[in-house]
Amino acid sequence: MQQPEALTRGRQREGSPWTGLWAVVAKEMADYLTSVRMLILEALIVLTAAGTIYAASQSLRDGFGGDTFLFLKLFTTAREPLPAFVGFLGLLVPLLGIALAFDSVNGEFNQRTISKVLAQPIYRDALLFGKFLAALGALALTLTSIWLLIVGMGLLRLGVPPTGEEVVRSLWFLLVTIFYGGVWMALAMLFSIVFRQPATAALASLAVWLFFTAFWGIIASLLAQLLRPVPPGDPLALIDQVQLELALARISPNTLFTEVALATLNPTVRSLGLVLPIQLHNAVLGTPLPATQSMLLTWPHATGLIAATIVLFALGYVLFQRQEIRA
Amino acid sequence: MEEPVVECRNLTKQYGSLVAVDHLNLTVRKGEIFGLLGPNGAGKTTTILMLLGLTEPTSGSVRVLGLDPARQPLSVKSRVGYLPDQVGFYDGLTARENLSYIAKLNGIRGKEMQDRIRAALDQVGLSDVADRPVRTFSRGMRQRLGVAEVLIKRPQLIIMDEPTLALDPEAVREFLDLIRRLKADGITIMLSSHLLHQVQAVCDRVGLFHKGRMVLEGTVSDLAQRVLGGAYRIHVEADGGTALDEALRRLPDVVQVTRDGAQTYHIEARSDLRADVARAIVEAGGRLLALSSDVPRLDEVYTRYFQKEATYAAA
Repeated sequence: MQQPEALTRGRQREGSPWTGLWAVVAKEMADYLTSVRMLILEALIVLTAAGTIYAASQSLRDGFGGDTFLFLKLFTTAREPLPAFVGFLGLLVPLLGIALAFDSVNGEFNQRTISKVLAQPIYRDALLFGKFLAALGALALTLTSIWLLIVGMGLLRLGVPPTGEEVVRSLWFLLVTIFYGGVWMALAMLFSIVFRQPATAALASLAVWLFFTAFWGIIASLLAQLLRPVPPGDPLALIDQVQLELALARISPNTLFTEVALATLNPTVRSLGLVLPIQLHNAVLGTPLPATQSMLLTWPHATGLIAATIVLFALGYVLFQRQEIRA
Repeated sequence: MEEPVVECRNLTKQYGSLVAVDHLNLTVRKGEIFGLLGPNGAGKTTTILMLLGLTEPTSGSVRVLGLDPARQPLSVKSRVGYLPDQVGFYDGLTARENLSYIAKLNGIRGKEMQDRIRAALDQVGLSDVADRPVRTFSRGMRQRLGVAEVLIKRPQLIIMDEPTLALDPEAVREFLDLIRRLKADGITIMLSSHLLHQVQAVCDRVGLFHKGRMVLEGTVSDLAQRVLGGAYRIHVEADGGTALDEALRRLPDVVQVTRDGAQTYHIEARSDLRADVARAIVEAGGRLLALSSDVPRLDEVYTRYFQKEATYAAA
């Protein structure tokens, strides 16, 4: 640990903290794009994309989907025995994010390269931020190419081009998906700073992921029942409880992602919370929302995911700055 | 007088209650090879990290090439090369790729970068294997690649931490040759080690570290004079009984005479007494069978110093 007095002395550092940033980004990107680990994950995602989109387009060609927003239905239509592509994404994107970053900092320690790299005329800021940017870039690159692949397959299989509305919606979905992966990537990077062993960092990240995927829903519901007990015959208390449960569930990035997928890819979804019959007064059920309204509806989710990514990165940043570099 | 390359004044570093470096005063002049010696945990690596601005001093001052490493780390690090203890590489990349990453971090690009990489690889003799992955390199090759990485930035000062550790004798010899060539190019070198005879072979001056303080500093023969009392050691094999003991002890400048078996004597002296020893033996009626002398070894200085320390501590 650095001495506190040294931290509070508050002096001007020479030069920009980002000196050498792009050298780090370029090197890390090259590593990602040539690594076997990434190839396996990309192959896995491409395979699921091809499988589920093919199955979905088969269903749509058979005329199950109606005739509006066919392109969006490619993402959400499931055909036995495969779940829909968004379902797969919910599982694979965290895995991809964790795989990108779980050894990013402790790997440098274990290879004994860290002191050498930091002895070059760069600040630690550049090293960590460069790694973060490269990982986010690799994530964005992978997801965007899959997105393009899906659009291409859709064109071939459905024979109709996507409408402007659909393009806007699916791009918004792509952006949210990138930051959904970003949260897990930032978490894995944080663990790679905290734990010296990459395996420990990977396991810790997976444990958090499993916790949110499998258990958080149950815990949220239990907590809500505990904190807001409903006396018999009190509908207001019941509403209170349901809303608390929903708020708690939304701490999980998985919930946020699922809700965004639901509202963005399905234009008829008008609300993600509790809807009381009185609020539906005068509403025409089943009519789609314009894309901008759906984006507005999922705006808090998107900012939440982006904020979580940044907060996790910032936490890692502080820890890394204070870390003793002698290995 | 020219400004010193490294200057530490009352440099102190504390980790909690542990004092890693304690009021260190150290000056390294331009063009010399300075050896930091001492057991593991004596504060050598901590001192090096403070010189590079990788760790902040608790108190005291450091100047490296006239710059303050804590305030101007980028300027210091672009002029000073650091070869860490058991340096690591990106094993999947080739030697050339490893070097080009380091060059880019130093802001060196394009043709200039290619030229410098070629020159550095030439200088350490790795041109033939430049495009092989570092994974396949031997320890000696890795160590030389480490030097190449340091040379890329054309440093004025190179700091090496335990550079010869875990090298085989042939690799050590090659490595020490390389260090001498660097000195000939006008580069100042600091190296830390606990393998003393290797350091002795290349260092102009050494500093002996003990518990965070530099307890001795000077040339090897200086230190020998101070710690061993005598800088010359003469070994004699002679036949002549106890009379010889007396005769040898009476010689001027003799510090100590020890007898090893019936015929072998070890003499420590302040000056070169070989001729006087021979005469004394003959005059005492002994038969001189063999006579040799050796230069003092740093290992001895070191061992003796810590023996004295232990005696003081016990007393």
